[in-house]
Amino acid sequence: MGPFMSPFNNLLCMLLGISFTVWFTLLLVFIIVPAIFGVSFGIRRLYMKTLLKVFEWATMRMERGAKEKNHLLYKPCSLNSIIAKESTSLEEELKDIRRNCSSPELDGSFDMSDAFYFCRRGIESIVDDEVTKCFTAEELESWNLLTRSNYNFNHISSRLTVLWGLGVVIRYGFLLPLRLTLAITGVGLLVVLTAMIGFLPNGRMKNFLSEKVHLMCYRICVRALTAIITYHHSENKPKNGGICVANHTSPIDVIILASDGCYAMVGQIHGGLMGLIQRSMVKACPHIWFERSEVKDRHLVAKRLSDHVKDKSKLPILIFPEGTCINNTSVMMFKKGSFEIGSTVYPVAIKYDPRFGEAFWNSSQFGMMNYLLRMMSSWAIVCSVWYLPPMIRQEGEDAMQFANRVKAAIARQGGLVDLLWDGGLKRGKVKDTFKEEQQKLYSKILVGTQEVRSRS
Amino acid sequence: MGSTNSTLLKIPNVEVLMQETGFSPAHIIRLHDRFKALDKEGRGHLCPHDFGAIKELAMNPIGDRIIGAFFSPGKETVDFHTFVKILAHFRPVDKDRPKEPNSPEPINSRSNKLKFAFQLYDQDKDGKISRDELLQVLRAMLGMQVTDEQLESIADRTIQEADLDRDDAISFEEFRKSLEKINIDHKMSIRFLR
Repeated sequence: MGPFMSPFNNLLCMLLGISFTVWFTLLLVFIIVPAIFGVSFGIRRLYMKTLLKVFEWATMRMERGAKEKNHLLYKPCSLNSIIAKESTSLEEELKDIRRNCSSPELDGSFDMSDAFYFCRRGIESIVDDEVTKCFTAEELESWNLLTRSNYNFNHISSRLTVLWGLGVVIRYGFLLPLRLTLAITGVGLLVVLTAMIGFLPNGRMKNFLSEKVHLMCYRICVRALTAIITYHHSENKPKNGGICVANHTSPIDVIILASDGCYAMVGQIHGGLMGLIQRSMVKACPHIWFERSEVKDRHLVAKRLSDHVKDKSKLPILIFPEGTCINNTSVMMFKKGSFEIGSTVYPVAIKYDPRFGEAFWNSSQFGMMNYLLRMMSSWAIVCSVWYLPPMIRQEGEDAMQFANRVKAAIARQGGLVDLLWDGGLKRGKVKDTFKEEQQKLYSKILVGTQEVRSRS
Repeated sequence: MGSTNSTLLKIPNVEVLMQETGFSPAHIIRLHDRFKALDKEGRGHLCPHDFGAIKELAMNPIGDRIIGAFFSPGKETVDFHTFVKILAHFRPVDKDRPKEPNSPEPINSRSNKLKFAFQLYDQDKDGKISRDELLQVLRAMLGMQVTDEQLESIADRTIQEADLDRDDAISFEEFRKSLEKINIDHKMSIRFLR
């Protein structure tokens, strides 16, 4: 059996060797080299267009199937709302209710119908409330052949099932290993090269090399996610000594922004792999990492940030003021800390296209590893990034008002809903101050005017 | 109607539910999604603390009372049917529904809406809003923004105006009479889309 096996063995080894070489050459030529130089062959966009056509075909078949069986093909409303909420204020409502009563003016007397306003508002919030909506992934209008986005999509014919099966094979069998290889390459190169650059003396050479290395590694990571990003208004890109603020949907936001420009990151030092990456990155250029204990000290944080922006040779800081991941349909309250520092703010709006893969990280539903797996096994991450013109805090404007102004600009550009709610509501309880505000408003209407009456 | 959907088929007795409440299949599906979203632990029923997790409701001065309206006395859970039936009170009145003499009154009739509002005041369910109960609601809606004296004077005035049989409490009939000029349909209805 010996001599019989060896030609086969040789053949097998040769074939394996050749296929590996071919594989790596293709990888290098089509993906890594363009990443190094920042050019693109346009393969990903072609891929995106093909996918869109396939999705449209799939939806058409489902609709046809539904019509044949005379069923209701349930298409979720794109704004996820069941009811139309009245946006009248408490005062207007009360006046309206009493209009039909004997005393038409709001003369400060309580009427039992006043409770109707609160009752209706309460029931409306039970049926549909803004905050819960922000923390669940957006629903799609058509199916994108991923089981995870299949909400109530029925009538999947056998042809579609075959297509879906093919999709699974392509995504898990071909795309996932490819992406994992790229991700490992990207992260590995980042750690090794930045550590090497750390040995150079501080100076222009070091900064130049650090910039190139960071960009290259982030670009490889972008390709590891098959992220197809469109940057708008690059003339407004953040400059040194400024702070870049953006809306937050997932940890991938960092990679998306950092592959187009160099930023100083801000964050807590983690352990494990993340910590290793953080420690080697900071050798090459000054990022701002905080110890866990330092994070609570607001003054310390503010001081380090303002020291950084004062030094014009340092890179712009990247901050996500919402503080938590939101589902990319709206923008929640910005924390005012970064707006108190007094430097130029460069707002950036990021909007993901959910048709190719849901980028929102619902941290209560799945952890980081699960999330990364989902990211790497979706079709692609497609998003648009808009660089907005820089904004400065104006005279007589406090940090909160400035933050709201920036938030409104970002929401407008990205087509997102501008909400006043605090992202901290994802986990925390509502503060009693909100309820007190409602009570204050109502009592002003009732009792405020009553005082006037009793005096006259 | 003729059109169904497999989600609908998963809900038990859904035809009866639609008939009793008047919701369309699309509404039932949306409400079912909402029910599932509120039922975070997937137990198939809701308890008071699931409602308490809705932030806008926690902000509402009479939020607790509204939550209480979903739970009949002694019960600590709400299933989907009860959830939908209570919400059905807030459907706009069907103006062109034929008045069949023997059929029970629809859940969203003017009278039933008033009964719902009445029970927000009448917490001990004895059929009357006593002076104390009125004071409690007023305190909930006004918080610490008014003094006790102001609260008492408001309560006194209200009872004086509404209490016709001078028993120092407001019965359901007196409640209904004092609100006869109010457009209940508009104020106690929610516009359901589609």
